[in-house]
Amino acid sequence: MTKKIVIEPVTRIEGHGKVTIILNDAGNVDKARFHVTQVRGFEKFCEGRLFWEMPLITARICGICPVSHHLASAKAGDAILGVKLTPTAENLRRLIHMAQIVQSHALHFFYLASPDLLFGMDADPAKRNIMGLIAEMPEIAKKGVKIRAFGQKIIEMLGDKRIHPNAAIPGGMSKALSPDNRVEILSQVDGVIADCQFAIDLFKDYRAQHVEMVASFADFDSAYLGLIDDKGNVEYYDGKLRLRDGHGIALEDKVAPENYLSIIEEKVEDWTYLKFPYYKKLGYPGGMYRVGPLGRLNVAVGCTTPLANKEFQNFKGLGENGVVQGSLYYHHARLIEMLNCAEEIKSLVEDELICGKDIWVKSSHISDEGIGVIEAPRGTLFHHYWVEQSGKIRKVNLIVATGNNNLAMNRAVYEVAREFIKDGRLTEGILNRVEVAIRCYDPCLSCSTHALGHMPLEIAICEPDGKVRQVLRN
Amino acid sequence: MAKIKIASAWLDCCSGCHMSFLDLDEALIDLAGAIELTATPITDIKEFSPVDLGIIEGAVSNEHDEKVTKDLRANCKILMVWGDCACFGGIVSMRNLFSTEEILRRYYIETESTKDGKVPSSEDIPPLTKVRPINEVVKVDCYVPGCPPSPKAIHYALAELLEGRIPIVPSEIMRFD
Repeated sequence: MTKKIVIEPVTRIEGHGKVTIILNDAGNVDKARFHVTQVRGFEKFCEGRLFWEMPLITARICGICPVSHHLASAKAGDAILGVKLTPTAENLRRLIHMAQIVQSHALHFFYLASPDLLFGMDADPAKRNIMGLIAEMPEIAKKGVKIRAFGQKIIEMLGDKRIHPNAAIPGGMSKALSPDNRVEILSQVDGVIADCQFAIDLFKDYRAQHVEMVASFADFDSAYLGLIDDKGNVEYYDGKLRLRDGHGIALEDKVAPENYLSIIEEKVEDWTYLKFPYYKKLGYPGGMYRVGPLGRLNVAVGCTTPLANKEFQNFKGLGENGVVQGSLYYHHARLIEMLNCAEEIKSLVEDELICGKDIWVKSSHISDEGIGVIEAPRGTLFHHYWVEQSGKIRKVNLIVATGNNNLAMNRAVYEVAREFIKDGRLTEGILNRVEVAIRCYDPCLSCSTHALGHMPLEIAICEPDGKVRQVLRN
Repeated sequence: MAKIKIASAWLDCCSGCHMSFLDLDEALIDLAGAIELTATPITDIKEFSPVDLGIIEGAVSNEHDEKVTKDLRANCKILMVWGDCACFGGIVSMRNLFSTEEILRRYYIETESTKDGKVPSSEDIPPLTKVRPINEVVKVDCYVPGCPPSPKAIHYALAELLEGRIPIVPSEIMRFD
């Protein structure tokens, strides 16, 4: 008799989703699916708005990485206007972007994921969260709060608000950085860099104690996608696309982001609201690729800053041909990026150019379409707008960071379910491992479906005809 | 003093209101002594049980959201809503300007990157409904608007509730965008 297990909601991820696992007669895993249960419709309801408004409207896709949508949208607007930003405006955009990656990665690691690592995947669910961390490991929690607050305060300096800031506009930025704010950032940045190194050590210690588990947990082969700079380094704001396979061989290289439709297509499945992007030439589902911290580090040859580059080179040694595939390494990669972005903040702010006042370029030219691509904390983000000469939006296409990982998250769920569920035996800790696999990808389902909510976690064991025999919840 | 028990949910929204709560930074650490989070999106308890305070972020936009809203209302003494989506419908209610069919057709069939599209319709995912603010579905006791509300407004509202008063957020810390 087959059984169906439903995990609902999946928690400590950003979005609405659930997991179903189908067991075969012997009680082992036959199929596993990660369903996203919401869709919002930004692609439609933005039609008729002005492209000038889009950085503010699309920021509302996500409260965790609003700056990513804000900037990708502003970049699409730059392309519509046909302008090149002033050096100060570009540096300010990079500064707010780096600040966001620092805050988002700190949020994910300390507030959402670290309780699984620090308390253990089988720990009491009542304490396995940020409040539990504050109560039992306040020194670690405080560092997480401090790193996140540092990033959020920079966003507030440039956009008046930490969440949904009013900072970028097509053609540049709306506000300069004050000299006082520059001094404040410089006074704090070294402490934050040290705390980012502490976070990396925390993960390394965990790995040292669980070498085999970390290497084998949801470990599978896939391609990887990310932006790189001219030298092949990790690039977050404005680079070229590189796609590499699991052996480190380039499938696509130096693709202009505007040509994304030549390499990516999306498939719809009936059982989830989230679409499945894949690499066009390898088809669906063979064209599975991963994005985000692991994707970016796997396609790049280095980081632009010294401390992060040292960590990056060590990290590369953990995989074959410089490709690291285990899902738990997402955390390691994420923390290296957090350090990289903190160092980038330092170098951007040390340059006096950052306080320049020349931050906006005027243009009366309107192109029919514009594409803005950026590396959001969770991966490559595409905004594509078609406009009328009045500036009114005719059509919108978005491929968001988490969506790119949809095939991979489903695979990760399957791998973990298959490894841990034997003979129909279930515990809360096993169910949590399924969620841990999803959490590696730091999915932001608000982004990915342009909808957000919680992920339910409930397991229902059903008869083949769908009749529920038993329900387990964690 | 016993800790105040809190449960929260995020519906059709961006999660920015919960993030604004986390933006209390160090004040969050101080609050940890006065509140206990039960079922919330940032903890691992999945089912609502009776609590003192229920908090909802986001609008009701599908059948599942409606069920969660009613379930939380039935389990809390006081229901507070955070942010413009929960208070008024917010940016997500722009969807109401189009039919559900138009929304789904654009996203799943017409988008330029989609190949051989179709609209998902399995029973594993809840059907969409009109986007509504929370008070069109259940009784709401207090409102903290803003997109998102500032951490100060959220802190003020929680502090007032801890003192036994229903908060009315002063305009100085209210946000209008």
